Amino acid sequence: MNVNYFPGCTLHGTAHDFHDSVVAVFKALGIDLLELEDWNCCGASSAHVLNPEAARKLPARNLLIASASRLPLLTPCAACFHRLKLCQDHLNSRPEDHPDARAISAVEVVHVNDLLLQKEILDIIGQRIKLPLAGLKAVPYYGCLTVRPPRAIRHPRPEDPMEMDRLLSLLGAEPVNWSYKTDCCGGSLAMTRPDVVRRLSGKLFEAAREAGGEVLVTCCPMCQANLDMREREIERETNTSFEMPVMYISELVAIAMQLPETRTWWRKHLVDPLPMLKSKGLAA
Amino acid sequence: MTMPLRPDDGSFLAEVERLSEVPVSACFHCQKCANGCPVAYAMDIAPTVLIRLMQLGQRARVLQSETIWVCASCITCSTRCPNDIDLAHVMDTLRRMSIREGSVSLPHVRTFHEAFLNAIRTHGRVHELELVTRYKLKTMTFFEDMKLGQEMLLRGRMRFLPERIKGRKEVRDMLSPPPARSETKSAL
Repeated sequence: MNVNYFPGCTLHGTAHDFHDSVVAVFKALGIDLLELEDWNCCGASSAHVLNPEAARKLPARNLLIASASRLPLLTPCAACFHRLKLCQDHLNSRPEDHPDARAISAVEVVHVNDLLLQKEILDIIGQRIKLPLAGLKAVPYYGCLTVRPPRAIRHPRPEDPMEMDRLLSLLGAEPVNWSYKTDCCGGSLAMTRPDVVRRLSGKLFEAAREAGGEVLVTCCPMCQANLDMREREIERETNTSFEMPVMYISELVAIAMQLPETRTWWRKHLVDPLPMLKSKGLAA
Repeated sequence: MTMPLRPDDGSFLAEVERLSEVPVSACFHCQKCANGCPVAYAMDIAPTVLIRLMQLGQRARVLQSETIWVCASCITCSTRCPNDIDLAHVMDTLRRMSIREGSVSLPHVRTFHEAFLNAIRTHGRVHELELVTRYKLKTMTFFEDMKLGQEMLLRGRMRFLPERIKGRKEVRDMLSPPPARSETKSAL
């Protein structure tokens, strides 16, 4: 099975480890990711602020490239996923705004969680688990852009998504119940208001710890970078210690499947996941 | 501070509703937007108050507010509004109106977004290192987060060289500012 793949700028940059783990996991599952030819930035955090037409045209170009084949389009980046879905939602109600509106709307855009949860793929993951994440108290953190706005994303449970909860259970981990699954980490203010980011992200670490979590699990490259980068600062500022790595759901799938590549990913994390993994018997 | 509550002729509210295509006047102030807003604490005007000010025609207070630039675009307000008022989208409209009228209260936020779009213009994709450098030079905040930047570089999380796409010109054309007249007409 093949799918089209739109990594987005972040997965070719600060979140290269997310890219690597997604590629490794799907390769091991027998799915080839065909990177879109000559893809462009989706406009992310900024086009919708300054230039709403561009905020539609930029994702539309990528969707049009993807529409050349009938394969689903996988994008692991929450912001790219969000912008692609919003573009399709707009063109569904206003096809006159783009000459290729019909082809663009017809592309099936999927996020990593969606693809991993497809029945056939779930079955393969189930068969490939070599090291169940037994006893790992994992905190599923979804953030904003894979669930909101529900009108465009068509998420059935925007306030209480369950995709990663289900995946973590399948991997043998214990998904922790908490109330901050979809609270914002402040990602779009990462550069401009680090003070707000520290406060918002600090609240997440605090709540994750209170819930007994040992690792924050994310499916968004902005959330991962934001939380991972600020954790030490927040600890210093609040005179506390979380010692909580922030990992991608794909990284945990890879550990459970014992993919050899995993070792090379940990050094990319500012908060090293290795001590936690070792203490749980998930790494040598 | 006392505030004259005399409504204007309704032109400000009408303009916001026309440009955003969001019925701001449908708000009955249940305050769900403000209560769920994770950054309300950092705003000078709470989201629900901002809506009331729009309804009352308080153009300057709305467009000069920090609120419209502090908003993190997390879309929680729009998701929970019982009247389907997409406030997160209205925030974008207000930001552009504020730019047009030269009343941006937190110019560095605007600078960041401009630097972002310039990055897309240059390569067709965003080169993060270049974006951060440009933004920091423009806002003279080069030393803020410097250690963090160094660590990102050390850990190989920053790409040194940009990727350029073939369709740069096509992408640049998408980003060229539309003529002033059509901007007010198009769906903002």
